[in-house]
Amino acid sequence: MATEQHLGTPTPMFDVIFEPFGYPFIIRGMIAAILAGALCGGIGVYVVLKRMAYIGHGLAHAVLGGAVVSFVMSFNFLIGSTVWGFLCAQLITLTTKKRKIAYDAAIGVITTASFAIGIVLISRYKSFTRDFETALFGNIAAVAPGDLVALAAVTVATALVLFVAYKHFLFTTFDGDVAQFYGVPTGWVEAAFSLVLAGTIVVSLQVLGVLLIAGATVIPPVSARMLTDSFPRMLLLSAGIGAFCGFFGIYLSYFVDVSSGATIVLVEAAVFALVMAYSNIRSRLLAVRRREDVVAPAAAPAETGIGPSAEPVKTEGD
Amino acid sequence: MLHPMPHEHHAGTPLVEINRLSCGYEKQRVLQGVNLQIMRGDFVGLLGPSGSGKTTLLRALLGAVDVYEGEVLVAGVRASEGRPRIGYVPQLETIDWNFPVTVREVVMMGRTMENRFFPWFRKEEKELADRMMGQLGILHLAGRHIRELSGGQQQRAFLARALVSSPSLLLLDEPTSGVDVKTRDDVMHLLHDLNHEGVTIVITTHEINAVAVHLPRLVCLSGRVLAEGTPYEVITTDVLRQTYGAEMPVIHYEGMPIVAESPHRYGRNGGANGDGATPGHTHAHV
Repeated sequence: MATEQHLGTPTPMFDVIFEPFGYPFIIRGMIAAILAGALCGGIGVYVVLKRMAYIGHGLAHAVLGGAVVSFVMSFNFLIGSTVWGFLCAQLITLTTKKRKIAYDAAIGVITTASFAIGIVLISRYKSFTRDFETALFGNIAAVAPGDLVALAAVTVATALVLFVAYKHFLFTTFDGDVAQFYGVPTGWVEAAFSLVLAGTIVVSLQVLGVLLIAGATVIPPVSARMLTDSFPRMLLLSAGIGAFCGFFGIYLSYFVDVSSGATIVLVEAAVFALVMAYSNIRSRLLAVRRREDVVAPAAAPAETGIGPSAEPVKTEGD
Repeated sequence: MLHPMPHEHHAGTPLVEINRLSCGYEKQRVLQGVNLQIMRGDFVGLLGPSGSGKTTLLRALLGAVDVYEGEVLVAGVRASEGRPRIGYVPQLETIDWNFPVTVREVVMMGRTMENRFFPWFRKEEKELADRMMGQLGILHLAGRHIRELSGGQQQRAFLARALVSSPSLLLLDEPTSGVDVKTRDDVMHLLHDLNHEGVTIVITTHEINAVAVHLPRLVCLSGRVLAEGTPYEVITTDVLRQTYGAEMPVIHYEGMPIVAESPHRYGRNGGANGDGATPGHTHAHV
């Protein structure tokens, strides 16, 4: 590197690094991507722990139907799509409760039907076709100040819900059946979750697009899970990873000039791969250390076999 | 060794009163015409084959079934209305052991509805949870992930969760299934101790010799109540035939009934489903 450059005079390298920050639409896109990344990452923790990773993917498709219907009826897109997405989620829950239909199958039926409604309307009213690509893949350049306000509002609302009902969400996510036995209003918790999830998907669509949003709700939580065994830490880590990948994805997409949503998801996938490699190495190191620990006390056996330390540690697979 | 505990019936109204109860799920009746009273300080075991309604009866106490006829009163209140404080310990097999929670977090779940509009737990609640974990001997594990515990410790963690809301009734769904013999012994000792301290307990079990005969009171179920009483009264060849549809001789040893659960060689004509029985041949059971 050019070390004898004058301080204060930025090097061309320096210029290049900070170049993206000179454009207001990139700054807007970055803020949008950070918020959307954090939002999807945070809410994704509940999605992943409930073992319904597929719901993000499904609801994003379902929401497209709501978006087109709102467009055709000249209704507010944000409210219309959120309500539509929420109703789809309720319909999925209802379907699984009433009949013996598995959750993933119900998602498949209802969300694709809703998606198809969107496609039918789009092919009927051709004026929507340009926005259609944005809806599928996201378009950071099209983020308007109003979109940022909506994103910020949903982020604050979601954070508030997750904070105020933290205990209720944790118990319901861990074991909904038993939570109900303890008097937790699990029906309300699930409904609140559906609403928050639908809102998250709607405001993130602009950045990530229908086809990529599932990545943002699944990859950060799964990465965070490998790094911690604590629920609150997983929540913060996942939101943090999502926010970082949102920022870095937009930053990279400026240079390589490719779809911003796809870049964000690829950055998240890279983070996932790194975390997995790290956690593999760590668990191997821990196994080695444990083996050494087992060898060492064998030389000087404990005086009694009683006490908590004598109880065997369960080692069933992760 | 486990011993049946002498238990006194406290005078007054029973804690649980089930009158002519028919209940089930989605119009499918599981239990019919159940009459049952559980007094304060009781320790009741529900016995019966799979699908006999043991778990359904527990759920009926929790108000989590469809009631078609009759009523369930817990402390004088219908279970479907005012919710009495009931501690529930699920089968360990139903727990998601990969869920990122520590022992302390699991125990605190038992207090979720105590200050329901307060986002975090209060200091007194945390101290209460610590005391409970201390009593059950798992306080030193409070910060551990639940998967890192032994079977007995896991059972204690979920027992602590049930106890931190000071329930008037403690329900356990097969507390000894899927654990080894020593853990089973530990868990049963612990439950007997709790019962001695005044906790009213109802458990379901599949294990007659290891668990049921040591309980003060048993209820045999098969869609309805077939028999009810002390193990001595209930564990008879006659009742067991009605309950399980199988012929099981009962021996008495030191005043305790012991059931020979499969007295015949497999492949002989002793099994309830005697298929493949070929007289004169003894099949090795592989």
